[in-house]
Amino acid sequence: MPDAGAAWSQRRDTVPLPLQVDGLCYRVDEETLIDNISVSIDSPGISVILGPNGAGKSLFLRLIHGLIDPSAGDIRWRGRPPDLAQRRRQALVFQKPVLLRRSVAANIDFVLKPLGAGYRERRDQILQAAGLFRLRDHPARLLSGGEQQKLALARALATDPAVLLLDEPCASIDAGSTLQIETLLEQTSARGVKILLVTHNIGQARRLADDVLFLHHGRLLEYSPAEAFMKCPKSPPAQAFIDGNIVL
Amino acid sequence: MQDFGAAFGLAFSLVFNADADLVEIILLSLRVSIGAVALAALIGFPLGALTAVVAFPGRQAIAVLLNALMGLPPVVVGLLVYMALSRAGPFGWMNLLYSPAAMIIAQTILVTPIIAALTRQVVEDMHREYDEQFRSLCIPPRRVIGALIWDSRYSLLTVTLAGFGRAIAEVGAVIIVGGNIDHLTRVMTTAIALETSKGDLALALALGFILLVLALSVNAAVYGLRLSARRLSYA
Repeated sequence: MPDAGAAWSQRRDTVPLPLQVDGLCYRVDEETLIDNISVSIDSPGISVILGPNGAGKSLFLRLIHGLIDPSAGDIRWRGRPPDLAQRRRQALVFQKPVLLRRSVAANIDFVLKPLGAGYRERRDQILQAAGLFRLRDHPARLLSGGEQQKLALARALATDPAVLLLDEPCASIDAGSTLQIETLLEQTSARGVKILLVTHNIGQARRLADDVLFLHHGRLLEYSPAEAFMKCPKSPPAQAFIDGNIVL
Repeated sequence: MQDFGAAFGLAFSLVFNADADLVEIILLSLRVSIGAVALAALIGFPLGALTAVVAFPGRQAIAVLLNALMGLPPVVVGLLVYMALSRAGPFGWMNLLYSPAAMIIAQTILVTPIIAALTRQVVEDMHREYDEQFRSLCIPPRRVIGALIWDSRYSLLTVTLAGFGRAIAEVGAVIIVGGNIDHLTRVMTTAIALETSKGDLALALALGFILLVLALSVNAAVYGLRLSARRLSYA
């Protein structure tokens, strides 16, 4: 987004890191879906949460965002629980974008309007950056999958988050949109916004990750810098996953 | 049978010559029912959305009550409003009995539960879809309710129509509180009841015909609107 560089250098100080997770568990009935995860994330940049389907990646994201309450354990963003005040500084892009039954522009306006005057110019800037400006009067739900996801990302960025959470944003969209989204994410990260990205796409992890959290059966098997993880993962499931084998 | 044939003929001539009495009755019917539905929507939309979205003690009870009140017998509503507005009643000082205002009040009471209960169902479904996104965006409850009502606007149009259908067709409530006074509170349904009992089938038939055409055209208009809304993926 075309914002002044000065604003973004301040952003770095406001990013509520470290994210500290202690003994995090999430159970439904008798089934343990998140199993005793402890981790401290302090690095800026893009942290990729990687793992096969059903590993608990999306649940982990919802838990640290405060959308669901853990069965046990503790989550702290720079010492504060994931309450409303924390959530206001974060934005979450869902796997299946939830767009309002309105025009493209109105979807952005929905989050910008409370900020008051001047929101129209900002909306147009945001839509231009996302490559959606020419579609601004289009019904949002008639966009293609890739365009919908770009709009969801643009709306998330419109809230000016310090932390951006993404749940498989490119799971079922075309290559062109994936590239545009990845470019937007890199630009956003370069501005100092902390990004946590859930994916099961190893290629995307290679392209974007600064560090990797590898989840398997609800447990955190590894947390290491991306390069080290890709070169020599420590756990057999992670090795199998990188090799492109089916991980049960 | 000859009588019936003559009645039909007379009915059509009343309609096509825009008989003054007939037009007056139709206009009053529309005024009362549209007024009542507008008021009921004003109360019913937020009430239905509130019970769909906000968790408060007694929410389930209100939902059950609203559903039950959908089948409120018009004569009972008419009787209660009559008692409230009559000289001895708590609102007798307002002198509203046997006026169009009293009829609007009665129909509003009749229609509000229908609009509120159906709104609750529509909004609840949409809320399920939007809930996590709204919570993630930290949207305050008032804005959530506003957004849900706006985004379900085309479904709520059908809901409003259901309310209008109930209001325009009922006779029990308006005849009790309105009194079917000529040139003052005579509406289509009360006129049909009166004219039929008097044996003047022509006017009754003409009014019945208009009532049917009205119901059909309102339905067709809303149906068309819904179709175009679905085409734009707004519904």
